[in-house]
Amino acid sequence: MNSEILGIIVTYGLVLLLAIPLGRYIGKVFNYENTWLDKVFNPIDRLFFTIGGINPNKEMTWKQHLGSLLTINLVWFILSMLVLTNMAWLPLNPDLNPSMSLDLAFNTSVSFVTNTNLQHYSGETALSYLGQLTLMLWQFISASTGIAICAVVYKAMKEKTADTLGNFYSYFVRSATRILLPLAFVVALILAFNGTPMTFEGKDTVTTIEGKEQIISRGPVAAFVAIKQLGTNGGGFYGPNSSNPMENPNYLTNIVETASIFLIPIALVFALGYVLKRRKMAWTIYGVMTLGFLLLLTPSVISEMNGNPAIDNMGIAQQMGSMEGKEVRFGAAASANWATYTTCTSNGSVNAMHDSMTPVTGATTLLGMMVNCFYGGVGVGFLNFYIFIILAVFISGLMVGRTPEFLGKKIEAREMKIAMMVALLHPLLILAGTAIASYLYANNPEEYAAWLANPGYHGFSEMLYEFTSSSANNGSGFEGLGDNTPFWNYACGIVMLLARYLPIIGPVAIAGILAAKKYVPESSGTLKTDNATFGFMVFTIIFIVAALSFFPALTLGPVAEYFSMSN
Amino acid sequence: MKTNIIPAIRLTLFCAVFFCGFYTLSVLGIAQLASNSGKGEIITENRKTYHVNVAQAFTEDKYFWPRPSAVDYNGAGSGGSNKGTSNPDYLAEVEARIDTFLLRNPGVSRKDVPAELVTASGSGLDPHISVASALVQVKRVAQARNLPENKVSAVIAANTEKPFLGLLGTEKVNVLKLNLALNKL
Repeated sequence: MNSEILGIIVTYGLVLLLAIPLGRYIGKVFNYENTWLDKVFNPIDRLFFTIGGINPNKEMTWKQHLGSLLTINLVWFILSMLVLTNMAWLPLNPDLNPSMSLDLAFNTSVSFVTNTNLQHYSGETALSYLGQLTLMLWQFISASTGIAICAVVYKAMKEKTADTLGNFYSYFVRSATRILLPLAFVVALILAFNGTPMTFEGKDTVTTIEGKEQIISRGPVAAFVAIKQLGTNGGGFYGPNSSNPMENPNYLTNIVETASIFLIPIALVFALGYVLKRRKMAWTIYGVMTLGFLLLLTPSVISEMNGNPAIDNMGIAQQMGSMEGKEVRFGAAASANWATYTTCTSNGSVNAMHDSMTPVTGATTLLGMMVNCFYGGVGVGFLNFYIFIILAVFISGLMVGRTPEFLGKKIEAREMKIAMMVALLHPLLILAGTAIASYLYANNPEEYAAWLANPGYHGFSEMLYEFTSSSANNGSGFEGLGDNTPFWNYACGIVMLLARYLPIIGPVAIAGILAAKKYVPESSGTLKTDNATFGFMVFTIIFIVAALSFFPALTLGPVAEYFSMSN
Repeated sequence: MKTNIIPAIRLTLFCAVFFCGFYTLSVLGIAQLASNSGKGEIITENRKTYHVNVAQAFTEDKYFWPRPSAVDYNGAGSGGSNKGTSNPDYLAEVEARIDTFLLRNPGVSRKDVPAELVTASGSGLDPHISVASALVQVKRVAQARNLPENKVSAVIAANTEKPFLGLLGTEKVNVLKLNLALNKL
């Protein structure tokens, strides 16, 4: 078999093999069961609670959970603004990089606190090491926020009738120390021993063989990259992210970094099966996610490996496929593979430039972010999927003429209203944002000429991609977009804020309301929610919502570009 | 909000100490055991050091050339072209690169020019080229060095990096290592 294809199959198999036991482990962490790492982590967690002045046993209602989450996220935002706008004179700045402007700091702070990691700057020149470390802190704790709130929803789904759902800080600290930290540590060391820099020394200067001077950026890269991959963060140390050979030096590191993108998202699905003692349901959800993922992956890999038809027309050899914006050590297949994972999971790191990929991949990556729950971001991916489950239960219930029930709880008007609002928010933010940007550009193409690096349909795709990425809390970009301007910094910042917190508040509210309801035992008339029929139903709902909302916009961008190129 | 804010601040500060401090320093400490103490993989030749993972600009005929770079091989400002596949300006640029390549590599026919040798990498620092991209330059390099072509091809063969574990991913040649090996001939 083609070694490039084999590479992506092996990567997937490896992750699945790791995700099943990891899912069980995460389930135990969520359930407060004993694990073999308790000896190490019990004292560490106690330290967090003592210093934080927190009683981890204090039970919280769903509203109190959200209150704690929003407050601590606000603290992070303020702290982030302070650091980023004052980096120039703060310590750990060997390369003497400047402080950020207010609009860029706003965008960057929102971006990292919301787990998006959209970057309107380039790390080598725009951040001190203190700035990088601060952003790395958000990478750890914004990911922990997502995992913690996912644990709350699992708990709500598990309880027969309950008003309180555990303690937010406790879930948060456990997610950070027991799940993210050990994995990040292992990944960081694998990277460091494969040539990724891990140093606090500044730039290195070498003289090339032909006698020119070359300056090379370094820094605490390995530690940073590990958590950026594992926490579905995606913000790279270097500007072009993991396509940079320091950040991702060889094929092994590429496998490890790719695997790190979707390991925890898949494991969290299996954790659900463990927590609810419904493994079949977990496999059904996994099946739907995987089907959707494969439907996006396959055309992308084929298209990238086939190459750019316009280059074919030039009469040269295109054996490696479309290689603009890609690296030889990964090849076209592993680049398309990464692109699909990173957009399906809301990671947003890249190992090749998405802007230069073929129109087919442009469409599949956009769709991955538009659906945003084929595996999805750590924790929040399941929250998005949960909304589609609620919609599917309701519609299936209507179709068979029964009161819709999910896990023994009746789904009624209030929950449905919340679910609909969350489901429609994502298309609203993306399409309204893109419409405003297109309007501005179309009415004054000269003033905004610097926005678009590419003309025509592809230029439209650049704007559509930026808002889709912001709203999916993804963070990747069609980087040809000149996005470090007040318009893009503020517009994307606002979209990221709304798209992070409302889709957390909605599902938590639904789960909390359902948890408090009376438990109705399953009967022969109950709609089964753990079989292939229901899986198909959920998939259909996802497809219809995505298709109806987004296909018109996709048609103006990548679809039009595709047909314009294929003569 | 009020009851949450003090614990939020205290918890955040300890998280900073723990993740920025403890985690980073532990990784840093162990990374000291890695090659070049975690300062990036380097290679030393004639008491000069080079970063193996970062492409250098090579323009002379006697050296193998790396892939084009959208940032002129700037190791402190890496990046790709971000040009779309259908962009006419971009396609004209590739066309120009092909012409330049053919001009400086007489005897090479157009259909043998590998696309990856005339398209810019994602980072602008791609240290590798494909084996085909190396072979297509043999004639020029051999002529410039007054070496038989088979000797130059042998250096390529010796510096070809097989796919990972012989099975996964691409086959490639590190341009810097290749040129250093040539210089030693």
